[in-house]
Amino acid sequence: MKRELQAAAIAVLASLAVGSVLMLVVGVSPVRVWGTMVERTFTDEYNLGQMLFAATSLALCGLAVALALEAGLFNIGAEGQLAAGVLACSTLGAALPAGTPAPIAIPVCLAAAAGAGGLVAGGVGLLKATRGAHEVISSIMLNFVVAGVSLWLGNELLFVGGATTGAPIAPGAELPHLGLGGSSVNAALAITLAAAAAVWWLRDRTTWGEAWRAVGRDPAAARSAGISVERVQVLAMTASGALAGLAAANLVMGYKHAFEDGLGRNTGFLGISAALLGRSHPAGVIIAALLLGFLQAGGLAVAELVPKELTEMLQGVVVLAVAASVPFVARARARAPKEAA
Amino acid sequence: MTRALAIEAEVTKRYGARTVLAGATLAVRRGTVHALVGENGAGKSTLVKVIAGIVRGDGGTLGLGDRVIPAGDWDRVRARAARIGIVQQHGASAGTLSVVENAVLGAEPVRAGLLALDGVAAALRAQGRAIGMDVDPHARVETLSLGAAQRAEIVAALHAGADILILDEPTAVLAPVEVEGMLAMLRDLAARGVTIVIVTHKLDEVRAVADDVTVLREGRTVATFSRRPTAAASGDPLGDRPEGFSAASGPLDPAAIARAMVGAELPQPTLLPEPPATAPAMLELADVTVGTALTRATLRVRRGEVVGVAGVDGNGQRELALAIAGLVPATGAVAIGGAAAAGTSPARRLALGLAHIPEDRHRGGLLLDATIAANLALGRRDVTGRFVVDRAAVAKHAAARIVELDIRPADPAAVVRGLSGGNQQKVVVGRELSRPRLRAVVACQPTRGVDLGAVARIHDRLRAVAVAGAGVLVISADLDELLALCHRIVVLLRGAIAGEVGGDALRAPGARAALGALMTGATAA
Repeated sequence: MKRELQAAAIAVLASLAVGSVLMLVVGVSPVRVWGTMVERTFTDEYNLGQMLFAATSLALCGLAVALALEAGLFNIGAEGQLAAGVLACSTLGAALPAGTPAPIAIPVCLAAAAGAGGLVAGGVGLLKATRGAHEVISSIMLNFVVAGVSLWLGNELLFVGGATTGAPIAPGAELPHLGLGGSSVNAALAITLAAAAAVWWLRDRTTWGEAWRAVGRDPAAARSAGISVERVQVLAMTASGALAGLAAANLVMGYKHAFEDGLGRNTGFLGISAALLGRSHPAGVIIAALLLGFLQAGGLAVAELVPKELTEMLQGVVVLAVAASVPFVARARARAPKEAA
Repeated sequence: MTRALAIEAEVTKRYGARTVLAGATLAVRRGTVHALVGENGAGKSTLVKVIAGIVRGDGGTLGLGDRVIPAGDWDRVRARAARIGIVQQHGASAGTLSVVENAVLGAEPVRAGLLALDGVAAALRAQGRAIGMDVDPHARVETLSLGAAQRAEIVAALHAGADILILDEPTAVLAPVEVEGMLAMLRDLAARGVTIVIVTHKLDEVRAVADDVTVLREGRTVATFSRRPTAAASGDPLGDRPEGFSAASGPLDPAAIARAMVGAELPQPTLLPEPPATAPAMLELADVTVGTALTRATLRVRRGEVVGVAGVDGNGQRELALAIAGLVPATGAVAIGGAAAAGTSPARRLALGLAHIPEDRHRGGLLLDATIAANLALGRRDVTGRFVVDRAAVAKHAAARIVELDIRPADPAAVVRGLSGGNQQKVVVGRELSRPRLRAVVACQPTRGVDLGAVARIHDRLRAVAVAGAGVLVISADLDELLALCHRIVVLLRGAIAGEVGGDALRAPGARAALGALMTGATAA
């Protein structure tokens, strides 16, 4: 646990350092940029809200990737599962009668979002379990399939009035905003925290979680001990996809209230960063998502100082730093007992 | 002048808060076979790894020939330069590379910018032939049996010019007939001037091969023994001991060595009474076939019976165990506790009352990075509950198994990777043999690479489950183990059951020879 925290801390510090160097290269003072970023994010309600809004989608996709990772599966397709969630949630939301009350409309739309994501990822799990198809290949390829189907359906059926936006969802399916200076943060944040708690509970307190982690650590040992590796692979991928699909709640039900092409683009990939930076622990993923959300929202808040591409680069640097810091921390620990002697 | 001692080591090593070696000493005379013995967790493997530069010591010194080096400054590159070769317990070859590629790894010979392996391959073949160990330099290591892979490592070490050769549990993966060849080869190498350090648990091997013996217990050297008494022959190098070398010493006496290892006398095992012929079958196989590895195996284990499966490694033992556990596709009938189980999942078979101790605890036995408690409860819904894990029950289960098998450290939260091999094996045995309503047990190499104390514990547990009403099938390459445990022993040869020795014939003096003949196919059964 301590090692995980060290790895994450080193990664964050390293990316701050790299970011500072990049700022020097473009000729602005890192102290000024970081200072302004923190100040504008945390003193301006709107910017804070935008950070939480970005973090909500990132956290759900991060939880999705983390859950699969625990079962030894690299779900690189959260992007496509999220897109499937957006498509299902917005289409069903728009099909609901305008007068549908919230207690019916919201669960129905949430189920559609999670179900569509789960269906896409569950297929990946099924291919893995029955045919041995590698989940990285099949899930990343499904990203393209889902994006293509979304756009095609949009063009054929959903887009209205010459725009790339579909019909609005039933008002009852809209999630309430949380205020914060008119920002986009909405009740999906609470759903996300509940989902994180549920993932934590499943992972650490149930036989499902134990089976997932056993398969992730050593499938042969799990199989020998009577755990069905195939069932775990299908279930874990389905649950993972459902979490990624649930991010549509934030984007569709809480923000756009309609289908839109490219809604949430790249969030699924950034979710991989959140999972890796959060070391696959639900609490870690939430913290990582907040950090990545800060870089995203804060980057926009200081757009006149540095190009927004810089903050996108920083998010990439964080992941590289996480990957690089793991062996570093492991070595430091191996050395530690000797120094104590 | 070359000093007569090839190795003179005094080493301290800690892993975190745990002291594995507390100033353990080892003095090895040049050109001798030196046995390093002790229970699992005594620090034998760690000591030889420090000497071979694989693990860095925390304190102490290594005297090698004329040089004395702080143990903390030693590494594998320097050890290789000092001509120290090591063949590790679980092998250290890259499975996807060939024998010759492994041999040159890290020091690849290059000609005109290209890898030049032909010369090395020929040299390996010649080296192997010279010591009576045929190796195929171009075979991929993962396709070799454990014994053949080990031979390849020995030949490669000698080819690299090792004049100190360290072997960690070299006979653990060998069949009895192969063990004799291995021991003879070690004697032969020593006669040619190679210094051999062999880590082992088996006292008959020590007696057969060793000139000197060092006994470790809990990280300290507690006794040394020598074929030549230390007081004899003036100038005996063992008389020339480092300061503080205060261990007891004496001539080679297996009983005394065993006492030094465990710190107490071991109780003699008692053979279980044979169950009546009318006892119901708990495990029944009919014509079980697995590809070409196992052909039409038919076998019946009654309630309370312990049946052994002997054979040279690689004659279908592994497939037999996996077929019973449902872990490989097989044809034929399997019945567990009278219920047909062919074609069912591993989970279903466990539910029918099967327990399976897999051949290799590192491959399919344990989650090495999980705790003792988690491994003991792995897949055990009867302990954890169906959905929400009953953590109190898991802790209670772990505590009970730790006491039952004397698992060390006695800490349910200890990570299994940090345990010695014997204690890891106790965790597997603890989990499997504590299953409720046990009807049939398949124990595959249940005490491979495990020390005497742990062997006794594991054998006790196997006997206990047989007495409690299970049918037990023990698959082992160790004839002594089978003779100590079993009512009957069947022999596998080339995937088929070649014969059986049981009843009075098993207790007769000729039993070992009869089994040996069946194992090698010397007689028609």
